Amino acid sequence: MELVLAIAIGVLITSGTWLLLRPRTFQVIIGLTLISYAVNLFIFAIGGLRTGADPVLHAVAGDLAQYADPLPQALVLTAIVIGFATTALFLVVLLASRGLTGNDHVDGADGTP
Amino acid sequence: MRRFAEPGALAGWFTSARHPASDRADDGRLTNVPSLILCLPFLASILVYALRSHGRNVAVGLLVGTALVGLLLSLYLYPALAAGSVPHQTFTWAPSLGLDFSLRVDGFSWLFMLLICGIGMLVGIYARYYMPADDPLTRLCALLLAFMGSMLGIVMSGNVIQLVFFWELTSLTSFLLIGYWHHGASARDGARMALIVTAGGGLCLLAGMLLLGHIVGSYDLDTILAAGALIRAHPWYTPTLILILLGALTKSAQFPFHFWLPQAMSAPTPVSAYLHSATMVKAGVFLLLRFWPVLAGTDEWLWLVGGTGLVTLVMGAWTAIFQQDLKGLLAYSTISNLGLITMLAGLGSTLGVVAAIFHIVNHATFKASLFMAAGAVDHETGTRDLRQLGGLRRFMPITATLALVAGAAMAGVPLLNGFLSKEMFFAEAVAARNGAALDAIPAVLAVAASAFAVTYSLRFVRDVFFGSVSTTMPRQPHEPPRSMRVPIGLLALACLLVGVLPNQVIGPALHAAASAVLGAQMPVYSLAIWHGWNAPLQMSIAATIAGCVLYLALHRRLRRTDNTPLLGVLSGKRMFERTLTVFGADLPNWLLVHCFPTRRLQTQLLLIVLCALLAGGLAANSAPFARTPHWASIDPAFALLWLLGAACAIGAATLAKFHRLAALVMAGGAGLVSCVSFVWLSAPDLAATQLLVEVVTTILILLGLRWLPKRIEGISPDGPLTRTKRYRDLLVALVAGTGVASLAYAAMMHPVADSISRYFLEHAFTDGGGHNVVNVILVDFRGFDTMGEISVLAIVALTVFALLRRFRPAAESIDAPQRQRRRITEAAAAERQTDHSLIDYLVIPGLIIQLMSPVILLFGIHLFLRGHDLPGGGFVAGLTVAVALILLYMARGARWVEAHLRVLPLRWIGVGLLLAVGTGLGSLVAGHPFLTSHLFLPELPLLGQLPLASAMLFDLGVFCLVVGATTLMLIALAHQSLRRTRAAAAAAEET
Repeated sequence: MELVLAIAIGVLITSGTWLLLRPRTFQVIIGLTLISYAVNLFIFAIGGLRTGADPVLHAVAGDLAQYADPLPQALVLTAIVIGFATTALFLVVLLASRGLTGNDHVDGADGTP
Repeated sequence: MRRFAEPGALAGWFTSARHPASDRADDGRLTNVPSLILCLPFLASILVYALRSHGRNVAVGLLVGTALVGLLLSLYLYPALAAGSVPHQTFTWAPSLGLDFSLRVDGFSWLFMLLICGIGMLVGIYARYYMPADDPLTRLCALLLAFMGSMLGIVMSGNVIQLVFFWELTSLTSFLLIGYWHHGASARDGARMALIVTAGGGLCLLAGMLLLGHIVGSYDLDTILAAGALIRAHPWYTPTLILILLGALTKSAQFPFHFWLPQAMSAPTPVSAYLHSATMVKAGVFLLLRFWPVLAGTDEWLWLVGGTGLVTLVMGAWTAIFQQDLKGLLAYSTISNLGLITMLAGLGSTLGVVAAIFHIVNHATFKASLFMAAGAVDHETGTRDLRQLGGLRRFMPITATLALVAGAAMAGVPLLNGFLSKEMFFAEAVAARNGAALDAIPAVLAVAASAFAVTYSLRFVRDVFFGSVSTTMPRQPHEPPRSMRVPIGLLALACLLVGVLPNQVIGPALHAAASAVLGAQMPVYSLAIWHGWNAPLQMSIAATIAGCVLYLALHRRLRRTDNTPLLGVLSGKRMFERTLTVFGADLPNWLLVHCFPTRRLQTQLLLIVLCALLAGGLAANSAPFARTPHWASIDPAFALLWLLGAACAIGAATLAKFHRLAALVMAGGAGLVSCVSFVWLSAPDLAATQLLVEVVTTILILLGLRWLPKRIEGISPDGPLTRTKRYRDLLVALVAGTGVASLAYAAMMHPVADSISRYFLEHAFTDGGGHNVVNVILVDFRGFDTMGEISVLAIVALTVFALLRRFRPAAESIDAPQRQRRRITEAAAAERQTDHSLIDYLVIPGLIIQLMSPVILLFGIHLFLRGHDLPGGGFVAGLTVAVALILLYMARGARWVEAHLRVLPLRWIGVGLLLAVGTGLGSLVAGHPFLTSHLFLPELPLLGQLPLASAMLFDLGVFCLVVGATTLMLIALAHQSLRRTRAAAAAAEET
């Protein structure tokens, strides 16, 4: 389980970083999206992976060990929403830069691809 | 959360329980008066803004009424003050930081309160008739009230950090007031300059106060004032003094920070009269005198404060002579007078303090009335240029008389208040001689500055009101309305009364104020008009004669020149602008060009990634790593799932350049896989949020795709350099990926330490009233964080909205896309032949979506309602509702939706923020810390006992805000296409 998720995070980071270093704004935005998936999974995974744990308290709480760790979940939930806001902002900046410079290169000038 | 367990520093935010120390006030009836005086202006300010539809009389009435009540309440405090007690009021604020919100009124603050409220009232009356008739005045009055409150906050603060807070609040309100006529460039520039200078000074002041608090060990003003010897002997005395002085001298427009004040004259005249002569600029000298007992008496103090004061006094007076703008003259005269007060404070003698306080009052009265007179002239003639004015006494005799009285007070003519404080000043200048060489310089310069004051006062009064009638005035003047003259008259009367009967009129108040500062060191002084034929009187006579001579010698030349001789080169404004350019543009540019290897973002990103790799590598070097992978624990289904996810991610990476849509779909696929993983790993809340965010992000990027340039594979073949670069980037990416993967693996295999999660699990139901612990954490335990987060979301949405308003797409992407054009032509063709057309190509899905949208909305509400106990909550519900709306947009088109439904995203955002903050404040009112949730267990018919937490209301705020922010962003982007077609249609019609 842990190994699969770790490799998955690695693949997401690799693709994302590669895209981040590309010259086109659209590539960068997709790269950031992929990286944010990876980071969210990473933060979530730090709390330890649990399958089949109860996410919601029962009427009689019982043993606390049967519940999933709520803390990383709360952190990641916030991160997801903020990630959305950042993507939206970046998209609009991207569009504005495209309108101003006439191209979609991250440096504003079409040089080397 | 009733039992907030975090032992953090902010645990005691604003618990309003009365501090035991509040019993320090001797008179029990007075305990609430200080907070009442402080709160009234702020409440009235909000009220004025809320009643903005009721016109100017209501606004002005509230301003004048509040000022009057404040004045009366201050007077009500006088008996207690005279009896020697200091009314105190203390609220615990952040006790863990040693901070109390404390108010204290001693004689010195009390005198300032009288000035602030009294002149505020007169300015309100004056503004009613001064401001243009089409101005509703609500904004002006609301801002003036807020300013009044902040100013009262400064003088009443019993805690130095709180003092700095109100100090910066005055900078902020002053900024808004100077820029009140924000359509004028000079108003905006002046406002910006004033803000940069005074707020920058405020930051220095904060640093100084922190040092002071560190030295003394308390931020309480009384404690600090009692620790003078300790502070002066401390090795940090000099830095502390310099920082505090930077705050005080910038605020009081002392050389070399004086230049902002003349620029601030683009403010409406009532604002200049109130802020920039009578009150705000006095905050600096207030501070000097407030801390006089602890900071004064050293050589540093004498040279810094006294020297600055002397230079400002002479420089301001000299420059004032050569101003052509009436308000400019008054501004430089204000600078000069403030220099006089600063110098008096700097001398370090107790009599100097008395004289400084006396001159603060005198200057406030005559300068405010002169500003109002200048405003009346401007109002009636349409100009403030001294060269265009003349002989106005024939048209406005009453104003002329009043201005004559106030001008004479400014010049220091006997029987007026200015004369008395000037005499005291001369006496101090003479007394400061210590027998050293050149010790007569201050006295000589004092006489010179006083002569200049006579010259510019003469210029103000004679050039405007006397002499031959000017023919160059834009309008035929007449007497201003009576209500504009009354405030001027009252202030001029005050000048006269203080001048003639100083002991009776100002004596007790001055004594109360001075003894509050000086305490046991209170000197013996006399306020009499006649002290015999002594040195001050001789100096006064010499100054008056010299001033008159100077005026006669200069006055012809003055009408021609525009420059100030000798000092014109020292333009503070130019220096300020030079500094701004150097630090704002030149230096960063230079650093970027010379110290940073590249200006290209692509290379910079590479450097950032490399730095991150380096830092991560170094950190990982010292951390223990898990050794052997556990192959046995791999779930094949999960592995298969991520095989798909990895393929999607790699696909997105390879396709993003030429096949954007495919890349977007692939990235979405990777997102969905991580969403499934969340479900798998017992996090349904995350899965739901991730899914919805995925939908919204995809729609958003789809909307943006249209504006990107076409990119066709294989047109420009890659050179070898490009290929090398790509391999290099791939290598970097692979290193990064491997590094993070191993880090993640190590982190997951590391045993989880005992975290605070256990606390949340234990208390979620008992204290938060919810079974969904994640939701309880978000809206209750960590509600403050969530509030910050939704604020960020709102700011981002507004930024997106604002950026898109000025959006200029590239020329080639303005036309409707090819497919849309074809559809339109086909539809036009089809219309001629048959009844059905291709334009309805989405009719079935559209109808389905339309019918489903109420269901989705209902589902969103369901998610919200169950959020506290089952997966769901404000975020998810808000996103669901936003998705429902946006689906409707997609199905039926923006025009159809907006014709049938009023979506007001901005209002949703506003309501959401208000709800969230309101819930937080509600718990404050109930006497609990900010955002404390309360659990109700009401018995409802049919439903039985329901646990309802007030956090639910907070969650409702989150919900509204998420709906608003998401729809705002999506709709703003979607509207770009409409705007372009509209603009194109309009252009086509014109041609």
